[in-house]
Amino acid sequence: MNKRVTQKLLAAALGFSLTTPLMAADTIKLGVAGAHSGDLASYGLPSVNAAKLVVEKINAAGGIDGKMVELLVEDDVCKPEVATNTATKLVSDGVHVVLGHICSGATKAALPIYNNAGVVVMSPSATNPALTQSGEYPNFYRTIASDDAQARTEVDFALNTLGLTKIAVIHDKGDYGKGLAEFAKEFLEKSGKAEVTLFEGVTPGAVDYSAVVQKIKRSGAEAVIFGGYHPEASKIITQMRKKRMDTIFISDDGVKDDTFIKVAGKYAEGVYATGPKDTSSNPLSKQAVAEHKEKFGSDPGAFYENAYAAALALLNAIDKADSTEMAAVRNALQNNDVDTPVGTIRFDAMGDALGVGFAMYQVKDGQYVEVK
Amino acid sequence: MEYFIELFFSGLTRGSIYALIALGYTMVYGIIGLINFAHGEIYMIGAFTSFVVATVLSIYGFPLLSIVLLAGLAAAVWSASYGYTIEKIAYQPLRQAPRLSALISAIGMSIFLQNYVLLAQSSDFQPFPELIPDFDFMEPYAHVVGSAEIVILLVTALMMVGLTLLIKFSRIGKAMRATSQDRTMAMLVGIDVNRVISMTFIIGSALAAVGGMLIASHIGQINFFIGFIAGIKAFTAAVLGGIGSIPGAVLGGFVLGLTESFATGYVSSDYEDVFAFSLLVLILIFKPAGLLGREEAQKV
Repeated sequence: MNKRVTQKLLAAALGFSLTTPLMAADTIKLGVAGAHSGDLASYGLPSVNAAKLVVEKINAAGGIDGKMVELLVEDDVCKPEVATNTATKLVSDGVHVVLGHICSGATKAALPIYNNAGVVVMSPSATNPALTQSGEYPNFYRTIASDDAQARTEVDFALNTLGLTKIAVIHDKGDYGKGLAEFAKEFLEKSGKAEVTLFEGVTPGAVDYSAVVQKIKRSGAEAVIFGGYHPEASKIITQMRKKRMDTIFISDDGVKDDTFIKVAGKYAEGVYATGPKDTSSNPLSKQAVAEHKEKFGSDPGAFYENAYAAALALLNAIDKADSTEMAAVRNALQNNDVDTPVGTIRFDAMGDALGVGFAMYQVKDGQYVEVK
Repeated sequence: MEYFIELFFSGLTRGSIYALIALGYTMVYGIIGLINFAHGEIYMIGAFTSFVVATVLSIYGFPLLSIVLLAGLAAAVWSASYGYTIEKIAYQPLRQAPRLSALISAIGMSIFLQNYVLLAQSSDFQPFPELIPDFDFMEPYAHVVGSAEIVILLVTALMMVGLTLLIKFSRIGKAMRATSQDRTMAMLVGIDVNRVISMTFIIGSALAAVGGMLIASHIGQINFFIGFIAGIKAFTAAVLGGIGSIPGAVLGGFVLGLTESFATGYVSSDYEDVFAFSLLVLILIFKPAGLLGREEAQKV
């Protein structure tokens, strides 16, 4: 063998062995975990696309402080038992931050593994309230409102904006309505500012609700918080107004529907209902959707904008923190605003995004108008 | 005390609607021994007919009173023709068949009518115009009992008196009573039994249609499914009062309505149905034929 060639080869080998660890330290590894196959793949795949687009854009602009971002995509099929393996795999691959997981159960199972490795996790879709509120998962953040966010919006509005002290909570006995009503009751009781004068379920489809309406009146409630859908809501509000009650009516996105206004007619005026914040007019949201159409040739799927926002928030935090250390990233997430398709957001100490979720709407002249 | 009165009127309103529908169940049962499960749908069709007529008439600017009368009349006539047709199509051919066949035919008719209205009118709730205005002289009491509730009570009472007079004193009423006692014997003395049965369906359907219009106007919305729960409750009322007995159906309707109203008011609306059906079970334990039902000896 030619001596020169050997030398060159040696030099090359040496070069490789030197540069490889340097390269590793020079990329930021963004893990994307979630359901990428199986029944629930349609919830997980949009977040992979979102991450790809964000990473491509950031790398094209020179990366973060000169470091390229590298994607590590792992499938958890939305199963908790698989998610622990997914997390272990990502951690052993040296992941710095994770976008995911998609399902609340899988997220819950994976979080302790990331926490031990000092990895911050941000989900675009896990809505289980305990993930943030229990305080057990300091490394967890999310860009979607939790399941109880509507009830919290309703209660905050009733207590702080309207300053009410006596509230009746009524529901339709269904999973959705009763679940919301129970959260509302719990928040009202915990606040200590207002008294829950009545907590009752009505039978959907019953011939009339005048008895329960009389009961609301007798309880002395200033407002009703109703958990359920619009057919019952319109019957209750109609009968309340016919009984000359001016009780305030606050409800949820099951009632924030034009059918409600059509059916309840003049009695719908002044009714409050929470609904998802409208982000479709946000220029960043339009841009994110356009990018997806251009690159993948289709409309984005579920939680795409939340995932896009999460990828931006995570990478922005690393940029601001100049570090991938958990404490520094957490600090950056909580103290910097970031512009995303779901709005300008920052995170609270529990991990929920501020500025994301539900807004309060009121019926004015036959239309729902956002209450500012 | 005011609370008690409020609940009382709320119960009476509900009860009168149950009673109007229950009459149809009980009259048909009394005469041909069939539980007409499509009767709740007749109530729903009545509500829809009056909805269509009232909407059209109000576009042409008719005065409210004439709208109410015409819509009520149209609903009664249209529902009556449905009742008549259902009997001819679904029950008359099965008159000699075992009772179960006619019952299944009735359930089939009920499902058919629900889906027919669903397809024709969409599954959405439709806003029902307020046909009963708020009277000025009722204003001081409006927070206790609404004008609509008073009107519902009065109309129901009027219908009941009319029906009682019809059955007690008219020729067709006499024929109905005879057919109910013994159909074969009635036929032998020259009563046109088929005509009597048709009349029973027509009267029962018209009453249900009026009930449908009144309650729809009171609660302000209708869809294809409203007949189901109302029908089940009215059937319960008919059994409670003693199926086959006309005063029994009325009493049953009011007892059921008041029970539900007071259960909601003094206990919890979560248990409204629990109380209503527990009452039914209790009454049937102690009076198996219902409150006013006659214990029938088996004919052999």
